[in-house]
Amino acid sequence: MAIKQVSIFVENKPGTLVSITDAIGAAGVDIRAMSIADTQDFGILRLIVSDAEKTKQAVREIGCVVSITEVVAVAVSDRPGALNDVMHVLSENGINIEYMYAFLTSRGHNAYVVLRVADNDKAAKILASRGVALVSEEDISKL
Amino acid sequence: MQESKRYWQPEAETASRDQITAWQSERLVSTVKRVYENVAPYRDRMDAAGVKPEDVKGIDDLRKLPFTTKQDLRDFYPFGLFAVPMEQIARLHASSGTTGKQIVVGYTQKDLDTWGDIVARQLTAIGLSPRDKVHISYGFGLFTGGLGIFEGARRMGATIIPVSSGNTERQITILQDFEPDCIACTPSYAMYIAETMEKMGVDAKKLPLRCGVFGAEPWTEEMRRQIEEKLDIKAYDIYGLTEIMGPGVAYECECQAGMHVNEDHFIIEVLDTETGLPVKDGEKGEIVFSCITKEAFPILRYRTKDIGAVTHEKCPCGRTFVRMSKPMGRTDDMLIIRGVNVFPSQIETVLLKTGHSPNYQIEVDRVNNLDTIAVRVEMNEATFSDTVSEISQRERALAEAIKSLIGVAVKVVLVSPGSIERSTGKAKRVIDHRKLH
Repeated sequence: MAIKQVSIFVENKPGTLVSITDAIGAAGVDIRAMSIADTQDFGILRLIVSDAEKTKQAVREIGCVVSITEVVAVAVSDRPGALNDVMHVLSENGINIEYMYAFLTSRGHNAYVVLRVADNDKAAKILASRGVALVSEEDISKL
Repeated sequence: MQESKRYWQPEAETASRDQITAWQSERLVSTVKRVYENVAPYRDRMDAAGVKPEDVKGIDDLRKLPFTTKQDLRDFYPFGLFAVPMEQIARLHASSGTTGKQIVVGYTQKDLDTWGDIVARQLTAIGLSPRDKVHISYGFGLFTGGLGIFEGARRMGATIIPVSSGNTERQITILQDFEPDCIACTPSYAMYIAETMEKMGVDAKKLPLRCGVFGAEPWTEEMRRQIEEKLDIKAYDIYGLTEIMGPGVAYECECQAGMHVNEDHFIIEVLDTETGLPVKDGEKGEIVFSCITKEAFPILRYRTKDIGAVTHEKCPCGRTFVRMSKPMGRTDDMLIIRGVNVFPSQIETVLLKTGHSPNYQIEVDRVNNLDTIAVRVEMNEATFSDTVSEISQRERALAEAIKSLIGVAVKVVLVSPGSIERSTGKAKRVIDHRKLH
């Protein structure tokens, strides 16, 4: 079980980010979560949005390079140690994390963690077998 | 005390203009005949142009002959334009930089002797003798720079220090310990040595080094002034290209006012780039050379794509050979980066082969006297990745692939789509921040 994440190439030049948020806002898309990976010359903006395809079109139209990546999202209780439990499950099963980031919502008592791993299906199976709550596209849309 | 007239071969260097013309006519005629008989591609081209060897009776008939271009040398790679059998070829050289199809040239022993003579003219003109030591920092190898200066120094009997290129600290140690009188390298490397010496606290004024012979890349009068000041030497310009001989096609005398073309060996034409007709004395045009004494590789009417001017005005040194200006630019987009010839199209080839966007720009600069080259290329979906490590890996692989083709290290910078300016005509692919002309 995986969800769609939009990844956008962002050159390290003033004005680039704002033109992207302009376009996404204009398309009526809601950003649920975001993170930016940065290097000296460029960044990769990663977004969990209310409508991945619409976002992709909108940023393509302003000339950005964009791709959609499948990532695993889990819900963890918002208490100390909860994330650690999930990390243990992954580590004990040899699942490497490429990157991760988290977000909260105004509703509910959970935090949500987005993970990029090499094999989404394998990771999902293992997490589910250990009682970790996986988040689906439908769940995201209801948040 | 400076002697004002120093000639290696005075009978040639101070011959009358009539004598030079007579030599040129005679040698052109015999070269055309020899080339027609021995080099099939030339024969075919002359036949196609309807020109027979008998039609060339003197230098006035030079214009009847078809041109030769760099592409011809690539098309007949490696030995298709040689005029003698391989067993008479004493040496092969090739142009710097590229892997893949280099420009290959050959020399008989007599050609090597000629090369030695013309470079000896340069070294003698600037006051060197067998008592002097010449420090050669041009690379030794297929590149004609190192071995070309070597031939000249050997010919006139100077002591040769064949350092070759690289390892700047060692170069400076040798300058201090071996005490050469003359250094030969690229002008930008001379500047680099000077600045490294400053950093190391070595005082150039204490060295016996008194002159330098610089070429293989364009350099300005301002740069000459800086080299002379920092190294406390006289800096002289030497011109040449692999296709014609190597360094020594033209040489500066003590007047430092243009380079004397060795007209008893090479006929120089300066042609209007549009019409192909000769320009007036002193006017700019494309420089074209014809080799009239070379045995192995006698190229005729070779279009150098260098833009320059020639003057027949008398030089105070007493030499009667015409003087050519420093090259003022190119008719093509070739760059010289650290002495290496680089064509933007080579970089374009690698970009397209590896699935990158065809929208790119090359930015050339000179930082601390070393040429730098950055390739800005637009990111596209084919090469986009979701992780930084993958993108960085691609950047590195691209830089490696480019370096492997052009022979010079580049920095790759990925930019947003649309940030490379488009143009309706020929795209401006190169931004060169260096002031070379």
